[in-house]
Amino acid sequence: MSTAQHIITIAMIVLGTMLTRFIPFIAFPSDKPTPKYIQYLGKVLPAAVIGLLVVYCFKDVRLTSGSHGIPELIGAVIVVVLHFWKKNMFISIAAGTIAYMFLVQMVF
Amino acid sequence: MNKVTMENSVNQAKVLPAFRVALPATIPIFAGFTFLGIAYGILMNSLGFSAIYPILMSLLIFAGSMEFVAANLLLMAFNPLNALLLTLMVNARHLFYGISMLEKYRGVGKKKPYMIFGLCDESFAINSTATIPPQIDKGWYMFFVTVLNHFYWVFGAALGGIFGSYLTFNTEGLEFVMTALFIVIFIEQWMKEKGHHSSLIGLGLSVLCLILFGGTNFIIPAMIAILGVLTLMRSTLQKDEVKAV
Repeated sequence: MSTAQHIITIAMIVLGTMLTRFIPFIAFPSDKPTPKYIQYLGKVLPAAVIGLLVVYCFKDVRLTSGSHGIPELIGAVIVVVLHFWKKNMFISIAAGTIAYMFLVQMVF
Repeated sequence: MNKVTMENSVNQAKVLPAFRVALPATIPIFAGFTFLGIAYGILMNSLGFSAIYPILMSLLIFAGSMEFVAANLLLMAFNPLNALLLTLMVNARHLFYGISMLEKYRGVGKKKPYMIFGLCDESFAINSTATIPPQIDKGWYMFFVTVLNHFYWVFGAALGGIFGSYLTFNTEGLEFVMTALFIVIFIEQWMKEKGHHSSLIGLGLSVLCLILFGGTNFIIPAMIAILGVLTLMRSTLQKDEVKAV
């Protein structure tokens, strides 16, 4: 690809990304009443989408090959247990990440 | 004081406190984005792109996973329509972020277009679940979360693009910091909410779709399934809400 073609390709990616971000706000402008159904979605979607995001983080894990997702599972369990126990965001994140780094660097 | 200077001082009184509360909330993002940004910069460097590519792409696209995909797109045959369609598919989840933030972003003024521009996974996750102290201006808080995240990402990409090849510390696995952050945000929300229907629907249907469709194709089916089930359960979930109130 030439530099001009690079620029066009990147511009298309910027356009695509911005479409996905701006469409809801253009479709439902704040000066008009938002349909009840969309208001309902606005209330119940965030919790569901955070669930989707958690799963999204594990999308490249292969259970049948490599380390079989074991380091990811151990790291996640450490985060979950520590967070329900101590409720301290920094401890949970730091301990889970350090454990995961140790596992992928030294063990697997 | 005339009207303009009064408005300025009122604004200043809102801005700094909001920044002070937003900054610590974004520390895990600082760690994650700097690392991922460096990885992205190094990748672009190794593919033969000058540092200006990762810097401008992180600044203008600001969608991490899509930028890694974009690195490969730039090496393939020129096909702009394909690039656009692929971007719409990969980033379709942003539509959900927008719908979720319609109410929260209401009335934040001139900051709104930028906040929509910067509505990435991490800004959404923090801003949609944050418990903002009542004395803090919510608009400025969400604005600073967005700006700081954007800055960390560009900073990391610039570091990686410029100095990436000199890095010696073994950072393998540091990307898990983002996974850990999302898990923590999920649990925080879990402990706050009265009913767990929505959280469980999101988690369960996403796992199901990941198993059925695989890592590269599961997001859109998962979104459709989540929309479908939430729509079917509308009357039940709304009754719950009325009871809770």
